[in-house]
Formats: sequence, C-alpha cells, structure tokens
Amino acid sequence: MNWDIIFGVSLESLINGTMIAYALAAIGLNVHFGYTGLLNFGQSAFLGVAAYGLAMMVSTFGLPFWIGIAVGLLGAVVLALLLGIPTLRLRADYLAIVTIAAAEIVRLLFRSVSLSEWTGGSDGLQQFSDDFYAMNPYSGSLEFWSISFDERELWVMTVGWALVAIALTIVFLAMRSPWGRVIKAIREDEDAVRSLGKNVVSYKMQSLILGGVLGSLGGFIIALKNAAVQPDTYGTEFTFYMYTIVILGGAARVFGPVVGSMIFWFLLTFVNALLPTLISQGYIPTWLMDANQAGAVGYILVGLGLVLLLIFRPQGIFGDKKEVMLDGR
Amino acid sequence: MRRAVIIFTAVLGFLFTSLGLGATSALAEGESLQGTLINAGQPVAGVVIKVAEESGTPVGEATSDAQGKWSVSVPAAGTYKVDLDAATLPQGVAVTTGRTSLTLSVFEGAARNVLFPLGAAAGSPGADQPAEGGTSQLERVADLVYTGIHFGLIIALAALGLSLIFGTMGLTNFAHGELITFGAVACFFINVTASVPLEIAAVLAVALGGLFGYFQDRFFWGWLRNRRTGLIGMMIISIGLALILRYLFLYVFRGDTRQFAQYVAQPGMDLGLISVAPKNLVMDGIAIIVLIVVSLALVKTRLGKATRAVSTNPSLAAASGISVDSVIRLVWTIGGALAALSGVMLAIFQGVNYQMGFQILLLVFAAVTLGGLGTAFGALLGSLVIGLATQLSTLWIPTELKNVGALAVLIVIILVRPQGILGRRERIG
Repeated sequence: MNWDIIFGVSLESLINGTMIAYALAAIGLNVHFGYTGLLNFGQSAFLGVAAYGLAMMVSTFGLPFWIGIAVGLLGAVVLALLLGIPTLRLRADYLAIVTIAAAEIVRLLFRSVSLSEWTGGSDGLQQFSDDFYAMNPYSGSLEFWSISFDERELWVMTVGWALVAIALTIVFLAMRSPWGRVIKAIREDEDAVRSLGKNVVSYKMQSLILGGVLGSLGGFIIALKNAAVQPDTYGTEFTFYMYTIVILGGAARVFGPVVGSMIFWFLLTFVNALLPTLISQGYIPTWLMDANQAGAVGYILVGLGLVLLLIFRPQGIFGDKKEVMLDGR
Repeated sequence: MRRAVIIFTAVLGFLFTSLGLGATSALAEGESLQGTLINAGQPVAGVVIKVAEESGTPVGEATSDAQGKWSVSVPAAGTYKVDLDAATLPQGVAVTTGRTSLTLSVFEGAARNVLFPLGAAAGSPGADQPAEGGTSQLERVADLVYTGIHFGLIIALAALGLSLIFGTMGLTNFAHGELITFGAVACFFINVTASVPLEIAAVLAVALGGLFGYFQDRFFWGWLRNRRTGLIGMMIISIGLALILRYLFLYVFRGDTRQFAQYVAQPGMDLGLISVAPKNLVMDGIAIIVLIVVSLALVKTRLGKATRAVSTNPSLAAASGISVDSVIRLVWTIGGALAALSGVMLAIFQGVNYQMGFQILLLVFAAVTLGGLGTAFGALLGSLVIGLATQLSTLWIPTELKNVGALAVLIVIILVRPQGILGRRERIG
C-alpha cells in the first residue's frame, strides 16, 4: 500500500485546478440556488458556453485570447437571457425541467457532427491555451513530500485562486447590499417582494446573469487546465455535482461552495485512488470488484452523500437551516 | 413581456432549424452497427459489409467472422447506409428480401443491429425485388411516422407513471429513468443469464419493476413524506438516488450495450409503405392495451377516482376518508411496472445499457410537461407528440440533433402554454 501517493493526490485535489473550477461553478450556482432560490439545473451549460466561446474564438477563428475570454463571458450573459426570459416566471419544478433541457440542448449542439466544423464534434477543440501559458511566470515545478504541481498547473492555480477570491468578494459585497437583501427576500417570499413594488422577474434575471458569469469563470479554468474542451464534460451530471458541492458546504453561505468543493474532491479523489490500490494489492477480491467497477463506486458515493445530506443535514456544514430553500411552493 | 418571449422563441427556433450541414467525421465511443449473418441455421463467414454516411462518405467496413458476426463502429449517432457486398456471399446464398442496401438510424450510445436475412438464391433474380435507388420520400415519411408512434408509446408508458407520481405526491422524480433501466436490466438477467424465454422474462421484469416501485415508496419516499421533507428537497434527493442507481447498474451490468437472447433481429413484414418487424407490432399492441387499461382504470374504478382525488387535493381527499399513503404506494407500484415495461420495450428496440433510462428521461419529462404536469391523458398525448416530433424532425435536421428538436418543442410549449396541452392553469406558479 502506497499511502504516500494516495494521500498525496488527495491533498493535491484540495487546491488544484479541478477543485477550483468546481468551486467557481458552485459559487455561481449558490447565487442562483442558495441566495435567490432558483432551481437552475442548467449551470453546466454556462460553463460549456464560456469554455467553447474561448476555444472556438481562438482555435477555430484564430482570434486573440482576450477576445475569446470576452466572447465566453458574453456567451454566458446571452445564455442567461435566453434561459431566463422564458423560464423565470415559471414555478420551481418547471424551471428545473426547462433548464436541464436547455443544458442538454447546448451539449448536444456542441457534440453534433453538423457543427463539428466549428466545435470539433465529440472530439472537442484543442490548441487555444498557448497565449494563456505564454503568460506563465513560473519556470519550475513545485514538489513537497508526494505532492507535486508542474509549472502549468501552478499557473492555472494562481489564476484560479485569484478568480475565486474575486468571485467571493463580489458575492459577499452583493449579498450584504440592498440588492442582495431583495434577492434573499425573493427566496423567502416572492409575493411579498412583489407587493413592495419590486420587479421580481428583473431581480431574478440579474441573479441568473451574475451566477452564470461567476460560474463561467469555472468553465475557463477547466478548459485552460485541460488545454482542451470536450462536449460531454458539460453534461447534466456536472450540474448535479455542483448541487452536491453547494449543499455540502452550505447553501447561502459565501465560503460554502469553496469548502464544499474541497471536501468533495478530497473524498472523491481519495476513494478513486484507494480502491484501485486495494484491488491491485488483493485486499478486495476481484469477484467483488475490479478496476473498472471501482470507478462506479465513486459516483455511487456521491449520490449517497447527496441523499444523506439532504435528509439529515440539508443546511450542509456551514449553512443555516432557515436559509435553505427546500420547501415546495 | 409576452412579445419579448415570442421573439426569443423565434430566435431559438431559428437557431435550431438553420444549423449548418457540413459533416465531418469525429470518432466517439459506443455507437456502432452490428449484425450476425446466418443462413439455414449456419453462420456465414467472409461476407463484406460496408457502412457509409448518408452523404456517401465511407465510414468503415467489416467482414463477418466464423460466428457470422460483424460490427462497424460509427463516429456518432446518425443515419447510415449499410451495404452488403453480394459478391462475397457464398454460392447460392442471397439476401431473401433483395435489399442488400439498408439505411438505418443509430441512436446515441447504442449499438444498432442490422439484419440481412439470408436464404437460397431465387431462381429468377429481379422478379420480386423492390426497385433500386433507395426508398421514396413517402416511404421514408411513413417509416418515420411509424417509428415515431412506436417510440411515443415507449415514452408514454414511462410518462404515465411519472405523471401520476407527480400528480399524487408532487415529486418531480428524476430517478424515474432508473426505473426504466431497472426493467431492462432485470429482463436481461432473467432472459440471458437465467436463460428464460424473453416473453416470460419480460412479464417477470415488469412484476419486479412494480415491486421495486412499491418498495421504493414503502421504505424510502413514504418515510421521507412522514419526515415532512420539502418537495424541492425530495426532488434533489431523487437526483442523488438516480446517481446511486445508475452507477449501481454500471457496477452490476458494466458499460457495454448488450442484447436479449431472442428477437434481436427479426425480419420485417412488408406492410405496403413500411416494413415492420412483427415484434414491434406485438409490443405496440401490448403498450396500447396497457395504456388503455390503466387510463380506463383511472376513470372508472374507485381506486382510480381516489387517485384523481389525491392529485387534485390531498388534504381534502384524506378528509373524505381516502388513504392518501396507500394511493401513492399504488401509484408507485403501477408507475414502476409501467416504467419496467417501457424499459423492456426500449431494450428490444436498441439494446440494454446502464444509461438508457437516463438518456430517455428528458424526453419523458418533455412529454409529461407538454401534456401538462400531473394529468394522465396529457402524458399520453405529449408522448405521441414527442415521439413524432423527434422522428419527423429528422426530415429537416440531422438525425443526431432530433432530441434537440424535441427539447426545443418543450421549451416553446412552456412559453406559449405553460400548463401544457391538457393542464390546468392553477398548476403554474
């Protein structure tokens, strides 16, 4: 048993690029679900649109990196408008179905052979991150015990953590402003807010755009980290993980998504590293589980975690039960 | 506001219909065309099968092995032309239908079976054979309409249960797709592992599906209702449950698409415009009978009336002496059985895969929402609309995007008539 490596990769996943991408996505989702009470099940589409916006501009059309970033952000805003105008007047469960359908449409379009001239079909796109890594100030890798990050990962992490800090500051400031109080009031009682003369649909739309743009930052990180975009990354399960992360950390808490993402990835990486080792060392007999099946166990545990959390501790680790919008209307 | 909504719908619709048609190949995993060549009970080896895209671009070719099996993986879901090279057939053997070239759709993640029925070569070739040069437009439309209705019936079976569960307990059950997969996987194990004939295996699988639904409510959802878990909480719990079940299926069943032991490839009967395998007609018949029986039971029987009473107002129903919990449990049992039947039918259509229910779930949701959440008849109507919309849309858009068409229809309907076709106004927020 090589515990050093197992704990090494698990500890790496506390701060690495994947965790940051999920944290950013969950920060955005927290604005929707935690603060505003919008059941947005299409958050993965925001990340997908941002990542593809960047990749397509640079890789397909040969435009500069910063234009790609701008197009990606603009794409997230446009998607929020497209998604929000028809759906924000609907009841919560309708909103869930429509957003999940919209996210699936976006994924199928990215995946389609007809559009592969621009999107690369199911292979996705590569070669759009050179400008990003050209800005890399690091030259060597960082090694400590069995934790190691190469210079590319270090650069992604630096940028990623800066974005997390910015996103958290924005959420913190926005939610203690008068605007944030209206947002939270909408979650508690929409009709009461309406009776005070506030335009609820407009506030919801602003929240959808803010959360979508914050989430789209995660899309950039995941695309740049992999130096590739692939349509199936942005499937509905991605959104379900974000929900697990938001609920784990505590909905409607500023730091909740970041802590949730750290714990989520630490545990998932630990299980995914431990099980194959146990199998190869013979501690788990192969008739019970082989290396292929070990991958499924991680997902089963995620689902189990989500179910148990919602039943026994819907407020997550830091949340306040009064602030979690889980009652039907 | 309404005008803005309509404009955005138009923009969305335009986006979806005006997609480019430049097709290049990109290798995905999973989708393939496969088949087994058998003549008079003996496998036929060494026959060359060529697969090409609709445009004529070749995708690949395969030669049947000693068991008569061949398989060609294709880049993505879509429509492909499969050619059997008649020159490579053994002397005196021919394709009995005379069709050595077939045009077929491959679904996402599915391995499509292709059947070339072989037999002794006819003495006078050309006497009874269909004209060369592919099928006419009318035949294609007729074929799509039939496939659409068939697919719509499969969706309807699942949608009815989903709609009843939503109606009685208010739960948007994201784990309903796994009830569909459960039926297919259970049927597979009974049929293939335990070697029970498919007809009996299907009946057993449906019964198991009903039991699965019953126990799910008895031990899980009923318990949550007693704990007064909120509806949105329950909805997210159903997502977690779906994840657990789906990956349990992966754990037990593994990732490949597998076929039942019987009725995998059945030659089609010629019905004038279309050619349909008898198994599909039998399944359609069963589905229609089941749907009619359940719908009539909802209208005519006391339990059906109780179910509708609980849908309309649970507290009032409870006050008038109806046991709300046992009605919901009954609905879960029926819903589980219907979903299992839908899974068996879907598996006969496209093979068993651990993701099959999840992949069709959004279409089931679309059907239910289209007809009106919580209305049983709406679910039936919505399913047929979705089934026909997905299939007929392939006349204008690429086959791989047909689900996009169906989901876009869902969004448009919600914009124009949020309560669905048969829904009531008060159900929307």
